[in-house]
Amino acid sequence: MLKILKYSFYDLMRSRWSYVYFAFYLLLGVVLLFLNNDLSKAVITLMNVIIVLVPLIGTIFGVMYYYNSKEFTELLLAQPLKRSSIFLGQYLGVAISLSMSLILGLGIPFIFYGLFKSSAIWDFSLLLITGTFLTFIFTALAFNIALSNENKIKGFGYAILLWLFLAIIYDGIFLMTLILFEDYPLDKLSLIGTMLNPIDLSRTLILLKLDISALLGYTGAIFKQFFGTNFGLIISISMLSVWVIMPVLRIVFKAKRKDF
Amino acid sequence: MVSIQNLHKKFGKNQVLSGLDLEIGEGGIFAVLGPNGSGKTTLIKCLLGMVIPNKGNINVLGENVKNGSAYRHKIDYLPQIANFPNNLKVKELIKMIKDLRGNTTLDQELISLFKLEPFLDKKLGNLSGGTKQKVNLVLTFMFDSPLVILDEPTSGLDPISLLRLKKLIQAEKAKGKTILITSHIMSFVEEISDEIVFLLEGQIYFKGTISELKSKTNQPDFEHAIASILTDNHA
Repeated sequence: MLKILKYSFYDLMRSRWSYVYFAFYLLLGVVLLFLNNDLSKAVITLMNVIIVLVPLIGTIFGVMYYYNSKEFTELLLAQPLKRSSIFLGQYLGVAISLSMSLILGLGIPFIFYGLFKSSAIWDFSLLLITGTFLTFIFTALAFNIALSNENKIKGFGYAILLWLFLAIIYDGIFLMTLILFEDYPLDKLSLIGTMLNPIDLSRTLILLKLDISALLGYTGAIFKQFFGTNFGLIISISMLSVWVIMPVLRIVFKAKRKDF
Repeated sequence: MVSIQNLHKKFGKNQVLSGLDLEIGEGGIFAVLGPNGSGKTTLIKCLLGMVIPNKGNINVLGENVKNGSAYRHKIDYLPQIANFPNNLKVKELIKMIKDLRGNTTLDQELISLFKLEPFLDKKLGNLSGGTKQKVNLVLTFMFDSPLVILDEPTSGLDPISLLRLKKLIQAEKAKGKTILITSHIMSFVEEISDEIVFLLEGQIYFKGTISELKSKTNQPDFEHAIASILTDNHA
């Protein structure tokens, strides 16, 4: 698996898109720091961008890489290699190289700005950790979609729909339920609802760590009680891990039964 | 060498292989023939474990195909369409496959046989179809495995390379290897193969030498013999 990972990683590192992605984050980091002139404010703005953009890029890249490397995959399948190691290697290659672009692209400008001397370092690290989690989650989901759909256009369509659903539509439905059932106690429901969507989960996690939960009012207080504690942090991180592990297991399962 | 029992494969509603049985002994060149869509490539992909059969049993060199991937160390496979990762150089691709399968020194010989030296530093995306096929041939033959499977080996090759390929196949046969070929070029098949296996509607319609086929169909030459099978069964 490590060999496949190595080759997928090199292949991606060599492609133009990794650099574009890296350069984009570099630019974003520099511009935000320049405009905000303050580390913690830049972190908040950055969060809003990362929460939406990282899943989108992960989804698109994952689907694109799978379809584009179809020939490479077929070449590998005829070699004495296990199917699970071929697909896990490719998945990790994509996810790791995307995460590296994110971490380096944002890390470099922030370090030059004096991140290590600032108190925002923990918030910033949490931001990068959730960004990496989101990359791993959405790349895995994208691989799942691509494995189940031979047709490229359909695969892309479903992938975009998935992103749209989790990034935007889910929130809408969530909000509607909260309004519809406002006469009932909703704190448990909203906690669970947040847990079930990795994007919402990441957003809440960062917001509450940033200590701006006062903006969220009463719900914020409940959330703060839960997410603000170490227990909440551990539960959230394990929930994000479950979001990585489940799709990865399905990749292995699906890959074993597929015809090429 | 290869033993297949009661192989079934369906793609959606399309039944491609229906109860195919095949025994292939050790040594010699076997041509797998059949009309388009008769299941030649599916059969080969089943042997390689790329397509998973619905039913049936496949043994390659005494090992069941279902039990892991190690048996593929003994198979060299030439895929039908030579599509490689486009931003790799030829040299890098060869190095990568060696890295994945184990070292070999045969590649230098094959590269000079097919005159590929000027292309080693070029990216695979910039090569012509014929040159890609030559790279494909180098990758296939460089491991010296006892079973060689060639899916349409002649596609895109110029006449000189075709001659070299024929010589190469004969030399491999002389080493005692078993070689499985599919091709639509009847003259190539007639010239090179010891035995043919004719697939029709997902089953083996005929297995034997070319002269046996000629006498069975009462036709003077090989091309007409094949054509007569097809017209008899589709008329």
